[in-house]
Parts: sequence; structure tokens; C-alpha cells
Amino acid sequence: MAKLDIAVNEPGMRVFLLGNLAIARGALEAGVRVASAYPGTPSSEILEAIAGVAPKLGIHAEWSTNEKVALEVAIGASYAGARAMAAMKHVGVNVALDALATLAYTGVNAGLVLVSADDPGMHSSQNEQDNRLLARFAKIPCLEPYDAQSAKDYTKAAFELSEKFQTPVMLRTTTRVSHAKGDVTLGELPDYEKQKPRFVKDARRYVCVPAHSRALHPVLNNKLAQLEKYASDSELNRMHLEGEKGIVVAGVARNYVREAIESLGVEVSLLELGFTHPLPRELVKRFLSSVSEVLVVEELEPFLEEQIRAMQSDIVVRGKDLLPREGEFTPELVEEAIARFLGVEHSPPPRRMAKLELPPRPPVLCPGCSHRALFYALKRVTRRKIYAGDIGCYTLGALEPLKAMDTCLCMGAGVSQAQGFYHAGIDEDVVAIIGDSTFLHAGMPALLNAAYNSADILVIILDNRTTAMTGHQPHPGVGVTATGSETRPVDFIALAKALGAEYVAKVKPNDFEETVRVLEEALSRRGLRVVIAEEPCALLGRKLGLWKTPPRVTPERCEGYLCSACRACLRIGCPAVGWEDGKAKIIEELCTGCGLCVSVCPNEAIVGGEEEC
Amino acid sequence: MLTNVLIAGVGGQGIILLSDVLGNAAIRSGLGVRGSETHGMAQRGGSVVAHIRIGNARSPLIPKGRADYLVALEPLEALRYLDYLAEHCIAVVSTTPIPPASTHGKVAGYPSVKAILDELSEYAEVYPIDALALAKRAGSVLTGNVVMLGALSALRGFPLKQEVLKESIASRVPLKTIDMNLTAFKLGRKAVKG
Repeated sequence: MAKLDIAVNEPGMRVFLLGNLAIARGALEAGVRVASAYPGTPSSEILEAIAGVAPKLGIHAEWSTNEKVALEVAIGASYAGARAMAAMKHVGVNVALDALATLAYTGVNAGLVLVSADDPGMHSSQNEQDNRLLARFAKIPCLEPYDAQSAKDYTKAAFELSEKFQTPVMLRTTTRVSHAKGDVTLGELPDYEKQKPRFVKDARRYVCVPAHSRALHPVLNNKLAQLEKYASDSELNRMHLEGEKGIVVAGVARNYVREAIESLGVEVSLLELGFTHPLPRELVKRFLSSVSEVLVVEELEPFLEEQIRAMQSDIVVRGKDLLPREGEFTPELVEEAIARFLGVEHSPPPRRMAKLELPPRPPVLCPGCSHRALFYALKRVTRRKIYAGDIGCYTLGALEPLKAMDTCLCMGAGVSQAQGFYHAGIDEDVVAIIGDSTFLHAGMPALLNAAYNSADILVIILDNRTTAMTGHQPHPGVGVTATGSETRPVDFIALAKALGAEYVAKVKPNDFEETVRVLEEALSRRGLRVVIAEEPCALLGRKLGLWKTPPRVTPERCEGYLCSACRACLRIGCPAVGWEDGKAKIIEELCTGCGLCVSVCPNEAIVGGEEEC
Repeated sequence: MLTNVLIAGVGGQGIILLSDVLGNAAIRSGLGVRGSETHGMAQRGGSVVAHIRIGNARSPLIPKGRADYLVALEPLEALRYLDYLAEHCIAVVSTTPIPPASTHGKVAGYPSVKAILDELSEYAEVYPIDALALAKRAGSVLTGNVVMLGALSALRGFPLKQEVLKESIASRVPLKTIDMNLTAFKLGRKAVKG
């Protein structure tokens, strides 16, 4: 694919950019020297884009093993005088929070920007937390862009703000900013050659022992007070006084509000906030003094609303009584809320339901995905089991017809939860299922804990040689870095043994019968056991030329046991195994030739595929 | 002046490429452009939708009832977004079904393509396109998305010129596949123009 060179130095050029690419461009225009991230939707494209041009610009870009490490790498770089950025999804900030919660005490040296990509509506996440609350908790400023152009401009502004106040800055985006596209006018790239990092030792500032931190905390609180004043004068906030009533809005909803005002043809005062923490109180006060009533339009938590209400003006502050506190906003949701707030007529477009029943199309494990083979092999072992699951493509194994996942909470939780199940004393075998990248992110301390505290569990590491769900980023097990250079890959077998596993085996899930045999053996043993299921992701397999000829169905054999067709092949839930006229049918356009359907057919009605090649 | 295009299909059909080509062509034409798309988990064979707004838009999402054009790369997906279609909406629909795995072997499975097109015709002017056959003729089933782009470009009132779209395609697809994709584009146009 011909990709846009985001390092093109043509100021004034207009390009069509994904929000995340605009953030990457903004970081380059700000002269970022160290960029780190752990992949997570909707943040992943930021580091990918920077890594793509990093060798050319002579800057460092890396996939870190997790978000805490990513932020800490960025902190070190900033202390050393290099502008740095760490990007992650909202729940990634939870992982990095240990570092973040103290970082504001030390402050930064060169500009440091933490990108938090939140996911209202949970397009690809386990929760929809509002990380503006974490910016407040960590006592750092928060900027909220609202489209691709502002994503670039605010990123640059965030670096400047960070350096001016010697504070880390959170750039908080949401899915509809990160994964929205728009036309962006490029700025200038700096001369990277001219920058020279330098670390000035200062233990009272950088060594957070109690005596030092006690001195740093009042300094930080004073800095927050200054930031609050600065925010009131920031160009990132805009006030338009036009009508009697007023709207305060932040984030992507700024677009919905503007369009709703045009569409309804109403006059209303507007305070658009791009600098949302600390709240620009002076500015808000001025706004409140010129309106009779105010509506706060913000996705998720009433972050601004509650602070504005607490300012004790006489103005009625509305918000979550007219707009939901969960899910993402839509243009029509915002238009309706504004119409109700202003008491104007509003005719929403007619609701239309298709008369035909539309079968749902949820995301599924891809055709040829080896997770399917592993899950189905687990089902073949007739012991009663509890599956403690984790975060990744394989979480889709929880769905019909595989239903091979009983828990999924956060990165790495399955391996630890499995130990809790075991120590609680339940009768079933306890199996933890975790992906390769997730294991390296948060599963390792949990596995060590199982060894240390004698948990009798089986841990299955699904090693598909990539971070698949987020778009195939490499990890430490792969031997390739973010910029594509070679590095030493970690050996999962040696790692599992070093962490204390008593039994370690490796299987190829597409070798189905052998996988069943090894799982039977592993489940019949006691102690801490690890099985590594290694097979490259089927989507990578296509690029690597691993796809094989699709198998064929022999119709006369497809009659199943007894009288009716058995449909064993449908129970694996493969999109490439269809059903036509009472017989199995291989959908060749989708089939990768993995051969799982061949393995599970009890009547040898599906033949060929893998064996043929 | 604002033109709203809703593109619906299944993860893996190349919807993001279409939104890139359209956005790029809009910029080449000196127009503003905004859009939104689906990444991550929803791409794993799930329903995927992209919004593209050419002209003076602010919101990356098309408000319901305002889509001027619908491009459906899969027939069933064409019916999922009826709420979005404007009264005057024109739709191009690929007629090759991709039944969801959930319908395999089920009695109440995938509706007939005719029934889908009939129902869609109540809400939009519909152009059914055999995109799979035309893509094969162009040289690869993978060009089905560009066939549909060609069809879209030939619809009444569509604001982007075909020459600009072709330049945009050439700048966005792998070098070796430019000719094949331009053939696919042409075949898609002809399918509408006749």
C-alpha cells in the first residue's frame, strides 16, 4: 500500500489524515525524539506512524512491553532533555498510573505528552472510563482535541505547555477523534540535528523519597493554580456570546453542537473548551455571568458539569439530565438535547426498521485462526474445566459456538484469577488462556506468582507471533522492533521454565490430534503447567504464503452418524464452513486451508486441504 | 455544499481504502472532507461502516436521515443503516452475499438478495452491481471495492470527477496493481452508466 509520508516537510500542504496520524505529525512538528507505546485500540496508529519515519529522522520509536514501561521510557527521555511521547488506550493509562501519579511531583524537563485514547461506546474495549478523571487525579493538564486538524495542533501545543510548566500533559482523544479523518494543513518540521539532550542531576527533584516529595507537593499544587489561570487565557478555549442560554462543550461533541445550532437555526452562547484540566475557572465565570442557564455537553462522565456546578453561581447547570453518561454521542442525540434545552421545535428523522430479519454479524475468529483449533481441542478433553481468559482476539472464543472463556477482565488477569479459582478450592480443572503479547505485557508476574504460591493450574499461551487484534504489531517474542529492525526474540519455553513452570510443552494447534493429546496429558498432571500453542496468525499467514488449498466436501459421505447430518464441522464456528442443501460447504474465498474441519469431521466427508499440499 | 457517503460492508473488504481514496480526491478537488471508520475488534469479520462527508462538514459522523449515497459492499449490510438514508438517497449494492457464520446451517438464515434489494428500493434508488464478477474480470477479486467506487462515481450528482478519483486511486494502491484497479473502476462506472 502506498502510504502517505507523514514526515514530508511541506508546510501549508493539505492532506487527508486519520486523527491518530495527525497526532503523530503533531509530535514530529514538536520535535519528539523518543516515542513509546503499547498497542491498543484506538491508539495504535500513532506509534506505528512515528516508527515508520523514525529511522529517517534519527529518532527513537518503540513498542514497549506495556504502558507503564512505555511511560517510564518517555519519562527518562524527558528528564534527559529530549521531547518524549507515550501513547496508549484509556485502560493502558491504568497500567501506567503508578508512574503517572508521582510524575507530576517531579515534573518533566523536556516536553512530555501522554496520549490517552479513550473509547466511549466501547468499540474495542472492556470499559469506557473517562481519563480526564485520571488527569485530575494525577494533577496534570488535559487537552482535548476535537478533529484531525486540532489533533495535530493540540499535540504541538501540549509539548509547548509541558515544557513551559515543566509538567506532563495528557492529550485525551476518543475513538471519534483518533479514528476520524479530516483534512489537515501541515506545519513545519524542526531541525532534528540541532537538538542535544542533557541531563542535569537534581536529587531533590528526581528522587521521590518522602522528604523530597513533601517539598515537591506544595510546589505542584501551586503549579496547578498557575495552570488554571493560564487555561483561562488559552487559545484552545473559545467563547462566543450570542444568546441568552449557553452551552459548554468539549471533545468531538464540539462538532455535533456546531452542526445542531446551524440545523436548528438557533442563537445560543457557546464556550468550547480544548483545555479541560485544570478547569479555566475565570473564563467559565465570565461565561456564566452572561447566560441565564447552561448545558454542558460532554461524553461519559460529568467532569466539567460537576466542577461548573460547584462554582456556586446562580445559574442552573444542566448536562447529564439531558444527555447519557454512557456510550458515545451522535449528532442526533446532541441535536435533540439542545432542542429540549432551548425549548425549540425539533423533528428527528423517522426511525426505520428493516422488515426483513437481519442476522447479526458480530466480529468472529478469522477463518484459519489457530485459536479456534486450540479451543476446540480443549473441548475434546472431557474434563470439567474453568477457563480464565484474557484480552485479545482469542477473547472472541467466549462466543457461540466455542464458548471457551469464562472470564475476561483486563490484561494479564486470567493467569492470576486462575490461581484464585484454584485456591478457593473448586472441583474443576483451572485453565488460564492468554495471548503471547498479553503474557509479555502482564502475564509474567502472574505466572511467577503461581509458581511461588503453588497454584495447581494450566496456563496456555496462545503464541500467534504478533499482537494481532490491534493490527499486527511485533512484540519481544517476535525478534523485530517497531521500526522493523531485528532484535533478540525471547524464548517462551525458557521464559516459562525460568518463571517456575514444572511442565512446559509446545504444540501447533493446526496439528489437531497432537494438540488434543498434549492437552490431555497436561490436564491429567498436577502442579504449574504451561502449554505454548504456536501458530502464526492466519492473517499474517496469508502474507507469509502459509495458506493452503481449501479442502473439499464429499457429499455422499456428509451424512453424519445415525440418520441426520451431524454438523460437527459447524461447531467449530468457522466462517469458511457453510451449509447448503443439508450438506457442509467450504466457502473457498474465505478458506485458508488450515484443515481443522477435516480433523473434526467424524465421517471423513471433508478431505484434502492441508494434506494435499 | 455537502455530500454524505455511507459505505457499509464486512471487515476485510477494503472499506478503509475507499474512504482514503475519496478523502484524498476531495482534497485534490479543493474541497473539505471529514469521515469516520471502524478499526480494531470490529474488523474481525464483523459489520463495518465508514462515513465520508465531502464539503463543509464538522461532524465526522453523518447525522441520521442525511446520507446522499450508500455504497454497500455486501447486500445484507445495505439494510442495516436505513435510518441514515436521506429521502433522495441513491445506493449501489454489491449483489454477492457473505453470510455471517451465525447463519450457517440455520433455517432462518440469510434473506434472499432479491428480498433485500426490494426492501432497500423502498428507501433509495438502487443500482445492484455484480462487483465480484467485475472484479474477477479486472484481474482480482480484491478489486471489488474499487468496482463499487467506480459505480458510485457514475451516480447522478456525485461531486468528485472521475479523473481526480483515478489519480487518487493510483496514489493509494500498490504500484503493481494500479492498472488492475483502474480497470475495476472503469467496469464499475460502466455497470451504472450502461
